[in-house]
Amino acid sequence: MPNILVVEDSPTMRQLISFAMKRISNSRVIEATDGVDALKKLSSDTIDLILCDINMPVMDGLKLVSLVRGNPTFKDIPIIMVTTEGAEEDRKRAIAIGANAYLPKPIQTQELIKMVNTYLGGSGS
Amino acid sequence: MVEKETSYLNKAEEFIQMFKKGEEFTKDILRENEKLRFRVAQLEETVERSGDEARTKLYDERIRLLELELNSLKDKFIEVEEENKDFASKYLGVEEENNNLANLYVASYQLHSTLDFSEVLRIVVEIVINLIGAEQFAVMLIDDKTNDLIAVATEGIHASETLRIKIGEGIIGRVTKEGESYFAEDLSVMHDFNAFEPIVCIPLKIKEHVIGVISIYKLLTQKSGFTNVDYELFNLLAGHAATAIFSSRLYTQSERKLTTIQGFLDLLKDKPKR
Ligand SMILES: [Mg+2]
Repeated sequence: MPNILVVEDSPTMRQLISFAMKRISNSRVIEATDGVDALKKLSSDTIDLILCDINMPVMDGLKLVSLVRGNPTFKDIPIIMVTTEGAEEDRKRAIAIGANAYLPKPIQTQELIKMVNTYLGGSGS
Repeated sequence: MVEKETSYLNKAEEFIQMFKKGEEFTKDILRENEKLRFRVAQLEETVERSGDEARTKLYDERIRLLELELNSLKDKFIEVEEENKDFASKYLGVEEENNNLANLYVASYQLHSTLDFSEVLRIVVEIVINLIGAEQFAVMLIDDKTNDLIAVATEGIHASETLRIKIGEGIIGRVTKEGESYFAEDLSVMHDFNAFEPIVCIPLKIKEHVIGVISIYKLLTQKSGFTNVDYELFNLLAGHAATAIFSSRLYTQSERKLTTIQGFLDLLKDKPKR
């Protein structure tokens, strides 16, 4: 039963992503509204994959990715960025910091599901 | 003596005759036998030959039937394959429809999730950024006092840049007056921001009554055009965002009035009696 952490400040996007994740069998969605909230959820739950926005208050997505990659317990969790930042340099920066994949908004749900399945399969969850 | 001799000779002759007859008879039998053998061989051959022919005929018939069966199976296979393709494309269509409906459901759910005016505006902005994919836009409402359009929420531009727009004036004013959405032919903006030149302008309508507009000036880099679900979302925003904005504004205003009245009442209650 994979646990997916959705880090998004927009309630609309959180609901939409959670909706999409219901199509991944047995998955459970844990929601976080920013980077700091995500770190709390990472400590209290076993997370198999992170879907992460970039522009968020308190702590943005890029900062969160670098903290996760620097943490020995969480460093191997696959991270997919889901963001409005569609420029190639933004994508490169996120990948360089440690994100596994990058999906610009507005998202195509099928594409997101496919991507999540790829990384969940790869992580053996 | 002679008689005896003659009698012996006669008997010998008789015997020879008998023997000859026997020989002939045996020869006859042998001939017959030979004939029969030949006939049997002939018959055997005929039977064998006719058996082969029958078998060949049978095999031919079987092959013909199997070929028929094979062809019908081939036809069925093609039919099933076609059906399969049809199902696959239908499945993709259903998937897409499902996702589109999810987008619309979430948008409408969020729009009606609160009665707080600023919260509703924040949700409208979220939908236009995240679900439509706009980078620069303004939500403008008709000001009750001046009857001009004024920005109440903006993204990517400052509210002061949007100016006041008179009903009927330019693209935005015309959309407000006529209640019909506007879509520029070329969605990629080359020029700098111009408050009067949106690429998309959606009227916010309660039935036929326009209360404001959403003016989009620029889409996100990765958004090159609109899909069916975008138009559905625009329709949804035109109706649902308008109702949500209108009712939340009324609610917030009445809440404020209620607080004021409550304040007065409290003041009156607290007034020391003489
Ligand atoms: Mg965000």
